[in-house]
Amino acid sequence: MEIQNKPTMWQSAKRFVPHIAYFIILSIFCVIGIGMLIAGEDVVGSALLAVGALWAFVYAWKGTYAYRYLFPSLMAFSLFVVLPLGYTIYIAFTKYSAMNFQTLHGVQKYISQITDIDANKQYKFVLYPEDNNTEYRLFLEKNEDGSKIRYLSDVFALPATDDEVTVGSTVLNADSTGPSGSGLKMKELVKLRKKLKQVVVTLPDEKQVSMITFTAFAPKVVVWQFDPENQTFTSRKDGKVISPNYTTGFYEDANGVAVGPGFRVGMGFKNFTKIFTNPSIRGPFISVFFWTLAFSVLSVIFTFIVGFTLAALLQWKAIRGVKVWRSLLILPYAVPAFISILIFKGLFNPQFGEINDFLNMVFGIRPEWTTDITLARAMIVIVNTWLGYPYMMILCTGILQSVPDDIYEASAIDGGNAFTDTFKLTLPLILPPLKPLLIASFAFNFNNFLLINLLTNGGPQIVGAMTQVGYTDILVTYTFNIAFRDSANDFGFASAIATIIFIIVSVLSYINLKAATKNDQRNY
Amino acid sequence: MIRSKYQWLQLTFTYAFLLFFIALTLFPFLMIVSISFREGNQSVGSLIPKDISLDHWRFVLGLPMYNTAGELIKDTQSGIVLTWFWNSIKVSSISSALILLLSGSGAYAFARLKFKFRNNMLTGLMILQMFPQVLALVAIYAILDTLGKFVPAFGLNTHPGIILVYLGGVSMYIWMIKGYFDTIPASVEESAMIDGATTFQTFYEILLPMSLPIFAVVFILSFISYIGEYPVASICLVDSSNMTLAVGANTFLYDQNYQWGRFAATAVLSGIPISMVFMLCQKFLVSGLTSGSVKG
Repeated sequence: MEIQNKPTMWQSAKRFVPHIAYFIILSIFCVIGIGMLIAGEDVVGSALLAVGALWAFVYAWKGTYAYRYLFPSLMAFSLFVVLPLGYTIYIAFTKYSAMNFQTLHGVQKYISQITDIDANKQYKFVLYPEDNNTEYRLFLEKNEDGSKIRYLSDVFALPATDDEVTVGSTVLNADSTGPSGSGLKMKELVKLRKKLKQVVVTLPDEKQVSMITFTAFAPKVVVWQFDPENQTFTSRKDGKVISPNYTTGFYEDANGVAVGPGFRVGMGFKNFTKIFTNPSIRGPFISVFFWTLAFSVLSVIFTFIVGFTLAALLQWKAIRGVKVWRSLLILPYAVPAFISILIFKGLFNPQFGEINDFLNMVFGIRPEWTTDITLARAMIVIVNTWLGYPYMMILCTGILQSVPDDIYEASAIDGGNAFTDTFKLTLPLILPPLKPLLIASFAFNFNNFLLINLLTNGGPQIVGAMTQVGYTDILVTYTFNIAFRDSANDFGFASAIATIIFIIVSVLSYINLKAATKNDQRNY
Repeated sequence: MIRSKYQWLQLTFTYAFLLFFIALTLFPFLMIVSISFREGNQSVGSLIPKDISLDHWRFVLGLPMYNTAGELIKDTQSGIVLTWFWNSIKVSSISSALILLLSGSGAYAFARLKFKFRNNMLTGLMILQMFPQVLALVAIYAILDTLGKFVPAFGLNTHPGIILVYLGGVSMYIWMIKGYFDTIPASVEESAMIDGATTFQTFYEILLPMSLPIFAVVFILSFISYIGEYPVASICLVDSSNMTLAVGANTFLYDQNYQWGRFAATAVLSGIPISMVFMLCQKFLVSGLTSGSVKG
């Protein structure tokens, strides 16, 4: 550190940069947070203010100095890892699907907007353009007790936005036939249909009518009257009462007939118990679970065998051009996985794929890679071995280089061969340090969404299952498809499975972490 | 080394095995290059195509295409691959740069500063990170949707939104950088402290310049993993012009719209530069990989 006698202007100004930045960021938090509170977004607004307060505290108080470095990353982590995780676990205990999509408040808003048309009080209408062709007048006519009642609206322009436009009107004499000129033809009305529907005409007796067909206007009636005290609705037509049913998540009348869309309700552990009690879920779930385990174990074993063999061969000093071999063998790891997987998807295509062309040419067979269960699973393991062996090769090469040569010489003197060397010397030496990495590889494949989703998307389908699920689905793709592919969009059930997966994986990674730290202690 | 008289035989076998394996490894790549020059989207052919056609390449590069009569073919999708590629590069490099900023400063606190719950937090970061983002997509979707209502630039179907989501993956990189910081002795920083440097100065002017290699590794690793990220992008990016390469490339292989040739050209065009980056940085990366991370 140089000692400077006279600080320049910039240097003395620089001292204030952090302070200025501090107050700018703080005021951004405050402005947006308070703005949201005013806009009625209580939860988001107060959350923002809380984060702002936390920010102010962390960067002002000396005692939380370490957290100044952590704050941004912890915020990102909380918002996009911890919060989604918590929300997912929360959803797992609720009924939340395409049928029960909205909140209770949202459904109440929907029901209170249900309108009914009083078809007995229809008015025929004619739309007359004014001379300037941008403004109009409506002529309404109705037969009542043998005499005709006629109204003429004020001059109005069609609405430019999606909002309703209210137009006043006056009563015409019974013998009046409306304004001069001709009304718009049906063809022109069709063009103006959307805008015209937004026009509400207030009749002199305060009733409001709007367009229901291309020939008629009629009064619209709001059907349900909300009672905020009991959260119930009463029908203005027949006095029927509907109340929220917190088990099914619907507004229902006394006979259990639902009105409107469903809302989200708590389910307790039902989403979890469903997995074991409903046979059309249990069967596929068990199948998916064991295939996930088998797939992950087989992937680790095969990639390890291939990777280890290649690494061991390339350790041999008699081999020339090791660098070239190694960089060619590492290629599957260098190419982005989504490209290689999609290439294999095409190559394995039973009709157009080059692999079947080749097999047909040599052996005269065209295996059904996508519809046969065993072949589809075999294809997945083959492709994953191809994708994953370079990683194992890299790991094994690194560790094999630390194994001293002299133990093999000693073994050769004792009459050992390559086989006994591998299984009695090399493997026992390299497996313990590799253990955490093998567990990590297992955990990675346990959640290898990309491979399954792109290669088979779970297919072939399991027939008779309650949700869309296939024989090659692993738990993550199964969950993803329940939430996003299946038409029922059962987010609650999907989140229950996600929660189970999270428990499995976090136990695995905890064991892994313990194994890794134990390893570290051994090395030092 | 003990030399055996059968060594030449063993050597031959080893070379044969290696050659066989490299053939297996290279087969899909050679095939896809060949397919990108084939005529049509579903035709079969040999490894070396008989009639070389540049149609697929013209399509992915957005060059004008002509039919057999010499008339210009109008295809609004033409050149979209370049847009996807650019989107991928943009999203991945901005995310990786921000990840460096976040994980670098976070790792510093974990490696050098003392505070309560430090070890618990480190463990917590690691374990919570194991929850795959694809399983929390419902929640992530809801968060982006809410965010977009207030700040439209960060909503669904926007690049800033998806970059924000990617920043959640910071903890793995915190672990990697912290591991590297731990190998640098703190004595230099301590002596600078004694000379009157502030904590921030020791971090910014001493530790950071010494740690450039790990920052290079983290940048490349996160860049590669974001280029290949599929689930979050496939749910959050809807418009074709907003898609990243991973999402867009998949649209060529839908069963009802199978465009094998176009996909092949796309794969070659985008695969080569990304793989080149990887191979060039391989030396860096291997050291980072063996220290305990998994390619994601």
